[in-house]
Amino acid sequence: MAFDLQRAYRLNPAVAVRPEPFGALVYHFGNRRLSFLKSPRLVAVVRLLDRHDSAADALDAAGVPAGQRARYAAALAELAGSEVIDAR
Amino acid sequence: MPVDQAVLAEHPGPDSTLTGRFKRGLTAPICLTWELTYACNLQCVHCLSSSGRRDPRELSTAECQAVIDELERMQVFYVNIGGGEPTLRPDFWDLLDYSVAHHVGVKFSTNGVRLDRRAARRLAGTDYVDVQISLDGATADVNDAVRGTGSFAMARRAMQALTEAGFGEFKISIVVTRHNVSQLDEFKQIADACGARLRVTRLRPSGRGADSWAELHPTAAQQRLLYDWLSARPDVLTGDSFFHLSALGAPLPGLNLCGAGRVVCLIDPVGDVYACPFVLHEQFRAGNVREPGGFTRLWRESALLLRLREPAAAGACASCGQFDACQGGCMAAKFFTGLPLDGPDPECVLGHGERALAQVCLPDRPRAAPGHSRSSREPVFLGQIAARAAT
Amino acid sequence: MTQDTLDAEEENLVEADELLVEEVSIDGMCGVY
Repeated sequence: MAFDLQRAYRLNPAVAVRPEPFGALVYHFGNRRLSFLKSPRLVAVVRLLDRHDSAADALDAAGVPAGQRARYAAALAELAGSEVIDAR
Repeated sequence: MPVDQAVLAEHPGPDSTLTGRFKRGLTAPICLTWELTYACNLQCVHCLSSSGRRDPRELSTAECQAVIDELERMQVFYVNIGGGEPTLRPDFWDLLDYSVAHHVGVKFSTNGVRLDRRAARRLAGTDYVDVQISLDGATADVNDAVRGTGSFAMARRAMQALTEAGFGEFKISIVVTRHNVSQLDEFKQIADACGARLRVTRLRPSGRGADSWAELHPTAAQQRLLYDWLSARPDVLTGDSFFHLSALGAPLPGLNLCGAGRVVCLIDPVGDVYACPFVLHEQFRAGNVREPGGFTRLWRESALLLRLREPAAAGACASCGQFDACQGGCMAAKFFTGLPLDGPDPECVLGHGERALAQVCLPDRPRAAPGHSRSSREPVFLGQIAARAAT
Repeated sequence: MTQDTLDAEEENLVEADELLVEEVSIDGMCGVY
């Protein structure tokens, strides 16, 4: 399923998020995939997903500037593709 | 919608490269190697930990559980359990279960001695555990020359058991030597036939490896062959062993940097913490987990590990255009061949290491402690272990 | 810290066209045998 900013998402329960100075390390225990989230704001977005009715709302809640939205959406799409986040 | 300030983390200084970001230090290792015991039924000629005899000061079951508890709190994702032969610890299976129950994924490295059908079935029913079988030859003659008579057959039996039990994709890990680099295709065939993932790693002059490295390490021509072979097969794992070959072309998959003290480290059977498994030497020992503050304090505050996280001086490599790619290669390879750490890797693809080696005074090279080698090189096998247990 | 400062710091953190997510194999660390 293609990533959709208007859908609600959540962090996959098999995923561990470990905050680091640069953002976070994310490890999916099921598929053994390791990802680096390279911005603290992106980490915030990921944490906010399950509290909002859409990914777009989560971007707003994290204060993603308008000029950065496409970039963050691409990052979320990437995370959806590797099953770090899924639609709920 | 108001910005949720409470969720935003602290901002670091500007350092935009991925490797730059965590060269400054992570809150915990990403993964680490934990040698559970120095006991081993084999006496491989190149053993990096000079294993063989159990050390009487081994961490107890309770102490091991305390380490796992720390790793859980630190959110270490994955631990490579090795040894010696880790399955020789009577509490091995309990510790495996304990680790998984405490959210620390496990890969364990084994020569297969205890991996019979029953063990394989038990593993097939356990999630979050990866199994890695060590093999150093695609045929018994090549393998056993390094690992001992019968070790090839033992490893093959273990692989068979895992395949038949439906374990799924286990790993077969080889250390590349002058004598097995011609067998790369055969290794791949063995892995494919078992439904396993092949892993190809670098020989280091560590532990017993120091004595045999000069004869066993691949030649420059063989390194190039290896690099080309790996480049064509991105599905073959390497444990990021070959970043020293990055000057040959595009870097192989992986972080392509020395992880020692930065993203990895080692805990040894008596609780000593070293920068990585290839530098079991006092100069690279950060402390012991039995000290106050345990492993956590060592990772975050020990002088050794903090020093390793500082940018490395290029030294003699400063004028070489390839330094950014290879970063001067492997610290362990330099240390145990007697080369300065701020200079070329002994296997530098431009030949700078070979020239530097010619300057080394061999008797002055650092030597690892005698370790835990058994006096006899003959391996001990399952039948003999069972017989001993019965007496 | 104002929103403007956060934005400015954010741009300093990551290169303009760099991806915000990077994946590395868990086997991609040197120092694990």
